[in-house]
Amino acid sequence: MSTILKNVSKEFDQGKKVLDNVSAEIQTGEFFVIVGPSGCGKSTLLRIIAGLTQISAGTIKIENRVVNDLSPKDRNLTMVFQSYALFPFLSVWENVAFGLKARKVDSLEIESRVNDALKMVNLEELRDRKPRELSGGQRQRVALARAVASDAKICLMDEPLSNLDAQLRIKMRQEIYALQRKLGLTLIYVTHDQVEAMTMADHIMVLNDSKIQQVGTPEEIYQHPANEFVASFFGVPPINILPAQKISEAILQVNNDFEVTLPHPIEQKNVRVGVRPTEMKIVDTDELHANATIKAVEFLGDEKIIHAKMNHGGEVSVMVDSGAHFSPFQNVEITADAEFLIFDVEGNNITEQGAMVHA
Amino acid sequence: MLKSPTTDQTISKKQTVSKSKSTFKLNANDKYFSLLFLGPSLFILGLFVFYPMIKTFYISMFLTNTLGKTSVFAGFSNYAKLLQSPDFLNSLVVTLAYVVGVTFFTLAISLLLANLASKKLPGISIFRTLYSVTMGVSVSVAAIFWLFIFNPSTGFFAIIANALKMTPINWLTDPKNAMWAVIITTVWMNLGFTFLILLGAIESVPQTLYEAASVEGASPRFQFFKITLPMISPTLFFVSTITIIGAFKSFGLIDLITKGGPTNATNMLVYRIYKDAFYSGNYAQASTEAIILTVIIAAFTLLQFKFLEKKVNY
Repeated sequence: MSTILKNVSKEFDQGKKVLDNVSAEIQTGEFFVIVGPSGCGKSTLLRIIAGLTQISAGTIKIENRVVNDLSPKDRNLTMVFQSYALFPFLSVWENVAFGLKARKVDSLEIESRVNDALKMVNLEELRDRKPRELSGGQRQRVALARAVASDAKICLMDEPLSNLDAQLRIKMRQEIYALQRKLGLTLIYVTHDQVEAMTMADHIMVLNDSKIQQVGTPEEIYQHPANEFVASFFGVPPINILPAQKISEAILQVNNDFEVTLPHPIEQKNVRVGVRPTEMKIVDTDELHANATIKAVEFLGDEKIIHAKMNHGGEVSVMVDSGAHFSPFQNVEITADAEFLIFDVEGNNITEQGAMVHA
Repeated sequence: MLKSPTTDQTISKKQTVSKSKSTFKLNANDKYFSLLFLGPSLFILGLFVFYPMIKTFYISMFLTNTLGKTSVFAGFSNYAKLLQSPDFLNSLVVTLAYVVGVTFFTLAISLLLANLASKKLPGISIFRTLYSVTMGVSVSVAAIFWLFIFNPSTGFFAIIANALKMTPINWLTDPKNAMWAVIITTVWMNLGFTFLILLGAIESVPQTLYEAASVEGASPRFQFFKITLPMISPTLFFVSTITIIGAFKSFGLIDLITKGGPTNATNMLVYRIYKDAFYSGNYAQASTEAIILTVIIAAFTLLQFKFLEKKVNY
């Protein structure tokens, strides 16, 4: 009982490939987030699952049934659109009831299901309003209620929060998450926002250039990114990536600026090292020992982000306590802790590969 | 919450107005200042619309000679006489039948065509062009074209009827058929414009509404009646008003195809006014008819606004 994507590909008429061999299994009842930069094909993938876009190759199975040729209404799912797709001429109540009426559900049942759905998203008082009389967050709730009222167990969401302001987005994020848990929905959620993906997902699918980069839990994706793209897509501020050379069996020289100790031997000579801003060390020093110059300091309240220019090119950001004193143009020495990632020249993560060879 | 920005705007508008007060000599709040802007259009409207209307009403109160000069004051007796004349009442009935027929078929057919042409199908742009092409056809060309088609011996319908071994219909000489002939021709003429306007309206319905509906389980039929129709209802209202008024005012096609005949079967009000004034020289009667027509059209439009507009969504 799950949704299975097998070698899903999509080509548009001009021969442009938007999805290339995408395979994944989405468990029933899980919160599955598809994330990637704009143009990576994530919305197309969702529309293919919904049946709004024709698949070019591959199969989609929902609950052991191949749905490739089924029309959207026969796939037994609901969808929340970025624009909410509310009917401007219908009241909140009628908007929520629309799908049930289309499916000719018994009117008493419609009544109770719509009322329950509206209660669940706290919109009971606004049931007679028209969409234009609602705020952005309320419209979003109507769209959610519509998904709740339908008894479909799979809900698709296409960037549902991107039309809301930052504060409302955090609030709705929690509401959607709570709703999904409460109803046991299988939620397939598309976003370009890595924070949304990290905070809500059971599993994340990272798409880039129409290909899957990685599928995994938020922890796996953050701690063990499959490649440089995934590593730099997740985390704020983004991971620092610098070129490095192996100068002895156990030592990597990073950017000619500092050295790190390899946890285990690696084969490659030229690699790239990724260090999260929180794992970088920065100390005040004189011009002679400095390997970097501070460009800017961002104060975030309990932390500061130091942006520095390395002597041999490249820029890094370092997270420090807000009590630490650093100022622009200061000479500093930046080094890395034991926690870092190693990528080969193609960008693949080889941090653990060596360990496995070693073991 | 929603209201506060608008009040802000009005405040800022007031401020700019008060600023301009000090720089310009003319006072923006002055009555005469607004007349300066209204003046040109008021002059043109007055000369070509209001004056003729008042003059028509004035003439309808008199008896006139063949030159249109008023002679004896008659009050409303012209109206009383007309409303008792079976000839005029026939014109009223015929006009109403024509208006209803034209409006119904124009809207139904153009809605059907617009809905078809809005589908994303290969080669659909050819049909879009074809369906809207009557917009560029002049009344006289259309009349000649349809006269050929209706011709009882060489016309298109006659050829088909002959091929099927049926008697060809006398389109223009039989009073019952003549009305249909005029309605068909008018509807054909109207189609291009209404089709184009309705197509525009249908195309501007957000695609996601249909997508959402189809995911929710709505059939194409359900989508048409529950999404497309309500979404384009303002446009439908506009188009129906225009079509009704246009049908009431129909003249050219009647003159070119039936000349009001046979036996007054297509003698619409406007055509009657024209004949009374310029053939019979009965200007008083023509003016009276014109005023009655104006009142009918105004009443129709008012009724439409009153009842239909409530059903028009947002």
